[in-house]
Amino acid sequence: MTDQVHGAARRERPRSPHFTIYRWPVTMATSITHRVTGLGLSAGTLLIAWWLVSIQFGPDLYIPFSNFVGSIFGQVILFGFVWALAYHFCNGIRHLAWDLGYGFNVRTAHWTGILVYVLSVLLAIAAFAWVYLVKGLSPL
Amino acid sequence: MSLDTPLHRVQGLGSSHSGVTHFWRQRVTAVALIPLVLWFGYAVLRLVGGSMIDTLTFFSHPLNAVLMATFMVILLYHMVLGLQVVIDDYVPSPGAKIALLLLSRAFALAIAGACIISLLRIVI
Repeated sequence: MTDQVHGAARRERPRSPHFTIYRWPVTMATSITHRVTGLGLSAGTLLIAWWLVSIQFGPDLYIPFSNFVGSIFGQVILFGFVWALAYHFCNGIRHLAWDLGYGFNVRTAHWTGILVYVLSVLLAIAAFAWVYLVKGLSPL
Repeated sequence: MSLDTPLHRVQGLGSSHSGVTHFWRQRVTAVALIPLVLWFGYAVLRLVGGSMIDTLTFFSHPLNAVLMATFMVILLYHMVLGLQVVIDDYVPSPGAKIALLLLSRAFALAIAGACIISLLRIVI
């Protein structure tokens, strides 16, 4: 009986502040995004290896790779990979600047964070736009 | 009173037992990856839409093959260091932690091996 009360009380008890109740500051979001894009890019190395192995192996492997990359799903994955690379690249440079002691001011860190998001999305869109429009490849 | 042994104190490596080695290597690989990622972006944008033969011709040039192999090795090393931070942060059980650390390294070695052998077979 007392155990049940304790159990219920434990369940009702307020928790210490957790990330779900914060309004996310930009700097927190950029930090988490850096990790998530890092994990995504780790998985993306499989795609690079598949590419290199398949061009070396010949059409038997290259045609499936080419079909995958050209499919809607493949293009979405590829866009995610390109954006993740652009983001991790830009935010990595931001981190290196911090390591050198620059940009630690709160307002500066806030705005460079927003800059990194905007720049990485623009870079990814620019890369795809260049391939579709300038190189004239059909989107699908 | 400190329970540190004199050897432990003089080594100054702290609780991680590796000092700043991990931090420093992550930064060095990060800096090295700046030009390499730019080159990789250039290479992919140049090759995309081309035929398999175009890509083979590109990588049969030794400079491109060496740059690609260097890019992959440094990228994978940077990846192992990064994954280690994530695993250290989120996996409290020592057994699972060691298993994941070994798995991430095995993954990196497998990818590096596949890429380097492919590049060698293209070049030679």
